[in-house]
Amino acid sequence: MTIRNLYRETTSALLSNKSRSGLTVLGIVIGIASVIIMLAVGNGTSSSIQSSIQGLGSNLLTVTPGASKAPGSQVSSSAGSTQTLTVADATAIENLAGVENVSPEVDSNQQIVATSANVNTTVVGIEPAYADVHNVSMEEGSFITDKDVQQLERVAVLGPTASDDLFGVGVNSIDKTILIDNLQFTVVGITVAKGGSGFTNPDSMVYIPLTTAQQEITGSIYVNDISIEAVSSQNLQTVQDEVTTLLLKRHDISDPTKADFSILNQASLSSTLSSITNILTILLASIASISLIVGGIGIMNMMLTTVTERTKEIGLRKAIGAKKGDISLQFLTEAVVLTVTGGIAGVMLGYGVAYVVTLTGLLTATVTLSSVLLSVGVSAAIGIVFGYFPARRAASLNPIDALRYE
Amino acid sequence: MIECKNITKVYNTGEEETQALKGVSFTIQSGEFVAIIGPSGSGKSTLMHILGCLDTPTSGQYLLDGQDVSKLSDDELADIRSKKIGFVFQAFNLLPRTTVMNNVVLPLVYSSVPDGEYAARAAASLRAAGLSEDRWNHKSNQLSGGQIQRVAIARSLINNPSVIMADEPTGNLDSKTGEIVLGTFQRLNKEHGSTIILITHDPETASRAERIISIRDGLILEDKKNAGQKFVDATLLP
Repeated sequence: MTIRNLYRETTSALLSNKSRSGLTVLGIVIGIASVIIMLAVGNGTSSSIQSSIQGLGSNLLTVTPGASKAPGSQVSSSAGSTQTLTVADATAIENLAGVENVSPEVDSNQQIVATSANVNTTVVGIEPAYADVHNVSMEEGSFITDKDVQQLERVAVLGPTASDDLFGVGVNSIDKTILIDNLQFTVVGITVAKGGSGFTNPDSMVYIPLTTAQQEITGSIYVNDISIEAVSSQNLQTVQDEVTTLLLKRHDISDPTKADFSILNQASLSSTLSSITNILTILLASIASISLIVGGIGIMNMMLTTVTERTKEIGLRKAIGAKKGDISLQFLTEAVVLTVTGGIAGVMLGYGVAYVVTLTGLLTATVTLSSVLLSVGVSAAIGIVFGYFPARRAASLNPIDALRYE
Repeated sequence: MIECKNITKVYNTGEEETQALKGVSFTIQSGEFVAIIGPSGSGKSTLMHILGCLDTPTSGQYLLDGQDVSKLSDDELADIRSKKIGFVFQAFNLLPRTTVMNNVVLPLVYSSVPDGEYAARAAASLRAAGLSEDRWNHKSNQLSGGQIQRVAIARSLINNPSVIMADEPTGNLDSKTGEIVLGTFQRLNKEHGSTIILITHDPETASRAERIISIRDGLILEDKKNAGQKFVDATLLP
């Protein structure tokens, strides 16, 4: 059989039954595209979840006043109700090795009044280090500065939700005035939206200088908590031990079980993060394998049906002089043409849908090369194996039996 | 020329052994029109498969144009089928949704005939089989039964075979169309000198051949010249 005749028979066989060829190609297209799309969307979801978790900070320690529950004790003074932590504590912690940033914070719920609206939200007294510790970045204007803190300026930085609630969506609130506890504050900046996390939504917070908050609002020298950013998440435990020792010493407490503060370790968050990542990886792998199996079975069905349907044709071709190899070669070529066509179309469809998903802005669906290789490889292998081997078996039938096959 | 010497065929289906042919010998000269007749189970289909090189005998010798083909491998048999044998089947067996032309040239695909000759050969075969030219580019499913069988006859002619094996070629046709197909064979035999072996169970169909070999229970019952050969009215033929 010459190449030219092979080409002639392959094209004529594929084109003579367009719906059958079309459906086979469609099966391959769907099989490949679904794997690519599933994995692209899955990867997008996974990375967006990971980045929002990382946004919370995974190398953070939070010191709050009040004792942590002693082992065996049924009673513990509720954290935050006592006032034991001061800015001086924070300054002392800052000098420890392994500590990157320290942010003492005072927060209280206040009714905030603007010209046309008033909102009850959390007002946080902070120092500039807050931005680094809590990954706050600015959309517009500037954050609270050291100068603001030193001079007890009445300036405020708004979360985007707070700004929208007070002044309306799309209104630039910089340089506008708000009333906090009946005191006038000038808005100097708007933060970038972070999305809600947990019970407090950073987007609806209002930030003011720590000194202003202590002086004008709480009227005390104490802080509600001290957030500590460690240099890395690896030495978080060491830093926690050092901070404990330091604060016990500063507060003159010899028995660690009677500490008047507690430290919340965000290391538990990083282990949560890695377990979520693992679960997402397992989820993605199972989505991909199910899509591959479903697609593969579709391709297998079409190929098997096609060969079974064409057993008579194989018998005829053999009767008029085709050798076993001629038949196998023709069916192999047909299977390759179908899988390559379907493969190219499937990859294009996969990229197209991923692009459209990204356009919607919900998440960034990134097509990975490995998903393309995996889906195309498996689909092509199934297509070729199930197109070729049944045909080869039919080709080894006695032509008479093949001709009589119903 | 076909020479069969004491051909036997035994089928082994599990525990049971069936002797389909029990020693069959005859010679068919080139240019003969022979009918092999027998009821179902007589062994005529088995004989046809062996004569058509679709199967090999269990014992005995089958010489086709002087070459012993009874011990050949599958691929060697395919080669013989491609070069020396044309088949016409009861069920026609054309490729569906494929043009008449492409159906007729199908055997050439597996031969060494150069591409350039395809069209001319197909045209000659289709003319010899008596299919009018306006049908040549139709698809096989747009033809009537008689036309389909003539396409199948044209296909069997295209490699200039030594012998045309027709297996119940009129079995799926009405009597008038069947008549035309038999007439076509008679004309091919007379005008082109084709050797034709017609396998049938029907004495009426067999009566168109010039020699009738009757076969029963795997043995030749009778092998004689057909004194009363009936000729199909030439005016019926297209």
